[in-house]
Amino acid sequence: MTIVFEKRLTRSRRAMFLVPVLSLVLALVFGAMILLVFRVNPLEAYRVMVQGSLGSGYALSETLVKAIPLMLTGLGVAIAFRMLFWNIGAEGQLAMGGIAAAYIALFWADRLPGPLVLPTMFVAGVLAGAVWGLIPAFLRAALGVNEILTTLMMNYIAILLVEYLYLGPWRDPQGYGFPGTAQFPQVAWLPRLTGRVHVGLIFALVAAVLVWFVLNRTRWGYEIQVIGENPRAARYSGINIGFNILLVMLLSGGLSGLAGMAEVAGISRRLYQGLTVGYGYTAIIVAWLANLNPWGILLVAFLMGALLVGGDQLQVALGLPAAVALVLQGAILFFVLGGSIFVNYRVRIIRGHKEAKEA
Amino acid sequence: MRKRIGILLALVVVLSLVLAACKQAAPETEVPTEAPTEAPTEEMPAEEPLKVAFIYIGQPGDLGWTYEHDRGRKMLEEELGDQVETIVVMDVPEGPDAEKAIRDVVQQGAKVVFATSFGYMDPMLTVAQEFPDVYFEHCSGYKTADNMATYFGRMYQPRYLSGLVAGSMTEANFIGYVAAHPIPEVIRGINAFTLGVRQVNPDAEVHVVWTNTWYDPVKEREAAEALLDEGADIIAQHQDTTEPQKAAQERGKLSIGYDSDMRQFVGDTVLTSPVWNWGVYYVKTVQDVLNGTWVTHQYWGGMADGVVALAELSPMVPDDVKQLVDQEEEKILSGEWDVFCGPIYDQNGELKVPEGECMSDADMLSMDWFVQGVVGTIPTQ
Repeated sequence: MTIVFEKRLTRSRRAMFLVPVLSLVLALVFGAMILLVFRVNPLEAYRVMVQGSLGSGYALSETLVKAIPLMLTGLGVAIAFRMLFWNIGAEGQLAMGGIAAAYIALFWADRLPGPLVLPTMFVAGVLAGAVWGLIPAFLRAALGVNEILTTLMMNYIAILLVEYLYLGPWRDPQGYGFPGTAQFPQVAWLPRLTGRVHVGLIFALVAAVLVWFVLNRTRWGYEIQVIGENPRAARYSGINIGFNILLVMLLSGGLSGLAGMAEVAGISRRLYQGLTVGYGYTAIIVAWLANLNPWGILLVAFLMGALLVGGDQLQVALGLPAAVALVLQGAILFFVLGGSIFVNYRVRIIRGHKEAKEA
Repeated sequence: MRKRIGILLALVVVLSLVLAACKQAAPETEVPTEAPTEAPTEEMPAEEPLKVAFIYIGQPGDLGWTYEHDRGRKMLEEELGDQVETIVVMDVPEGPDAEKAIRDVVQQGAKVVFATSFGYMDPMLTVAQEFPDVYFEHCSGYKTADNMATYFGRMYQPRYLSGLVAGSMTEANFIGYVAAHPIPEVIRGINAFTLGVRQVNPDAEVHVVWTNTWYDPVKEREAAEALLDEGADIIAQHQDTTEPQKAAQERGKLSIGYDSDMRQFVGDTVLTSPVWNWGVYYVKTVQDVLNGTWVTHQYWGGMADGVVALAELSPMVPDDVKQLVDQEEEKILSGEWDVFCGPIYDQNGELKVPEGECMSDADMLSMDWFVQGVVGTIPTQ
């Protein structure tokens, strides 16, 4: 007996609807088993998670705080993925954006007119992310270097650079040796809308409109699509692939850089450990769960934020070990992502001698 | 087509989350019906247990820093029984996100919050300003408010005593010290330890390696191994886990623990450990809150209070060393002498504390130089 995955010729509407529902149900059932091991009522645990992430104004605001960087980096990687350019480097691009914004805030805030500080940080953050994205783009376009490796490796460089700066030359001289830069002057704080939710949310919404417009309403967006779906056809029709790689990575890196700028200026207000906590990697999941659709990314980023925030509540309200929340988060992602294969493939079980004929 | 799947999927996730919330509406309403039936049998609101929250940087399983705070929490529960109920949040990163964890526990009804790492200082101050009727206690920091106090212990005292042991037992005259962050707390510990070492062995040197992390078992082990490679025969540490001790033991070398009595977990190669007894402070402070006598403070208790101590010495330590440690401990306990009393020289041989003088608390709390005998540098000085 063998089990084969067969590609569906047409996507089944039923599968499209049922698969995600079933995946989620399975994930919740799986999670329930783990919770039962800890002698916790699973329904109570799920209620706590929903309550803690969506159930009050404060909970919602904290969910949005986590969602903002996921939205921006998610949009950033999605645009690169559309043309099958595997930008795994959002984390590093975010880090560089944070560094550039911090540099302006720490060393230029008193030399610039007040109202110009934040716009300068904005531009610096976007540029730094874009340049960081441009390096692997150039290596790929000019020399054919695999971007999966370069973007990934450049993350470590950027993350270690952040560490070097706040542990070394930029360490707060009044900080008693504690790691972290001094707090930014107030002119460099990104205004907050409510709770800790900052203007970065508006950046993310505008970015989504922009990405949607570029991808669906411009010639350039069409070219990106063609390159992604059929590079050979793109080449024959005279699309300059190398040039497009550079442009796309400028935008992709720039959006992640903006996420970094928003994090340091809106949340930590200093360069700190905790800037690179994996938003850039989670962004990859966000982008794929949303099928690279900009509106979908906003929504999935929000839900992912809820999952992160809700997980924390398990510890506080039910006294569960921190790791249980991570297991639950992992289970939900595993089932939902894993389930998506059944939308495009069907499973067939082939028995005994029939195998030869059927295969 | 593709887009639709994405949107559908997202919608389904939302719907199911909402459904899950609705389903739970029923059990939720049960809670209040339970409460009133219990309440009248007892005296009304005064009998509600006081909720006390603890914010941890790691997990009690580290057998070090967080383990000791959790031991203190358990002592609090034992001593005050029904009067208190504790909430624990583990693995809270230092920095801005700690703000959320602290606010969360307050919204869960905590009236006293103990935050047990330096990096929670600014976030705690922010939350403290929002909730003037909650008592905030920050371990190891220096910022206070009307409703926010600091607490810490004079760990340098037992560290000095552990230095006497290390100085007596080293044969290579090369002692390794795995250190977390170059902040005054850690520097003070290294200095006190080195003063102890040099007291009995003026030829010995203490070599410092920074890990720039409190809690990272892998990094701590690597740092210890690097020191052992260079020839250290005793490893001391200022970290949150037992990894440096294990690394030394695997090479057949000795070590000095920290935080908890690491000999219990690693074995007799751990000669002794300067340890915390937070329970003493936690019980006293929460009692003050219950009595309504809590006022803001900056607590820095020493061996005399019992908040810090030296763990029992390993049987590998000879009796004469034991006697010396007892003698010196007696001097500290009686208050006749303290560790940072002169003469003390810095790394360059310059006299920092003249004979007959002792450093003030303020000077000790902002210490940013190494004493003679330490090999290593303090970054960005």
